[in-house]
Amino acid sequence: MDRVYVLLMGFLSVIIVNNFVFTKFLGTCPYLGVSGRLDSAFGMGMAVTFVTALSGILTWLVDFYILTPLHLEITRYICYIIVIAGAVQLVEMYVRKFAPSLYDTFGIFLPLISTNCVILGLCLFISIWGTNNLLEVAVLSTGTGLGFTLAICIMAGIRETLILVDVPECFRGAPITLITAGLLTLAFMGFAGMIK
Amino acid sequence: MSNNNSGPSYIQALTAGLWRENPTFRLLIGMCPPLAVTTAVKPALTMGLSVIFVLVCSNLVVSLLRNLLKPHLRIIMFTATIATFVTICDLYLRAFQPVMSEVLGPYVPLIIVNCIIIFRAEVCASKCGPIVSILDGIGSGTGFTLALCILGGIREILATGRIFEIPVMPAGFVPWAAMQMPVGAFVTLGLLLGLSSLLTSGKRS
Repeated sequence: MDRVYVLLMGFLSVIIVNNFVFTKFLGTCPYLGVSGRLDSAFGMGMAVTFVTALSGILTWLVDFYILTPLHLEITRYICYIIVIAGAVQLVEMYVRKFAPSLYDTFGIFLPLISTNCVILGLCLFISIWGTNNLLEVAVLSTGTGLGFTLAICIMAGIRETLILVDVPECFRGAPITLITAGLLTLAFMGFAGMIK
Repeated sequence: MSNNNSGPSYIQALTAGLWRENPTFRLLIGMCPPLAVTTAVKPALTMGLSVIFVLVCSNLVVSLLRNLLKPHLRIIMFTATIATFVTICDLYLRAFQPVMSEVLGPYVPLIIVNCIIIFRAEVCASKCGPIVSILDGIGSGTGFTLALCILGGIREILATGRIFEIPVMPAGFVPWAAMQMPVGAFVTLGLLLGLSSLLTSGKRS
């Protein structure tokens, strides 16, 4: 029971309290760039969730069973990036072949994802947090992806309305988006300290 | 591809990144570090210098390899090159700047996925000769560092009343704690971008 509780709290924590976008600024590029429409934002979020879950688990396995026993920690970043790029490539090929309709929805975002900081960031944070069992890694990775989806969907929802607003000329586009993001972060700060 | 005459001149390559193609203010790429590490000037400067180092080295290597690269393998070659230099940089910081390494934490390895570096490799280094690529790396890196330092300076002054740990604000100044938090980063950068687009639109008309 205790372990389930810890896992649940960890899951909620990475989605809401320690959301990567709001507290660690990871994945700000797609957050500000792609989130113009709600449906494409959701597609992007789901693609990212899938890849974070997969690469979080894969990099943890590589780290735990190959790099640490062989004392190859120095090559960690190179291995991580290659694992992530490989995972993205595999997912893309698989989805294109076996689920063409799904590919149309989020396939175009997949190549972009390999340079998305959320994913590498998550892999690094997992080794910093010193997580040492596979279940926790899986839960945290999925949670991080869902947290990113939440952030990007809220942002897209706001931006859909923002189009109709009369913003001063020089603040159109990126500046107003950043300020909106700031206010959104402020709102999410209300959750700070609720878990751990 | 190997025709160097079609590329930008040396001066152009060096100055483009400073303002006209400033990564942060004009191109809006690589937005994570400007937001994450600019709580004060010192981490911002360390980050900027690390990015300059990685950018110059990876631009040089990519430009030397440019005629050997296969198009479909080029991105993974870029990332592997960048990851190598980032590892060097991270080990250097850990050995000689342990405090800064602690403060920057995972944001140093995250330079690997910083779009600026891969963008410069794709746009400039894979098309131009080594000298132009190095100058381009120095230019873009400096532009990025300047942006980081401006942002870090503003946030540090408003959040603590100091800059480089030296008090600069009058005695009655109440520190704005929010500037140290994520909110401060987003709002300051938003206002700076607004200011920069105001300045550019003024120039144009």
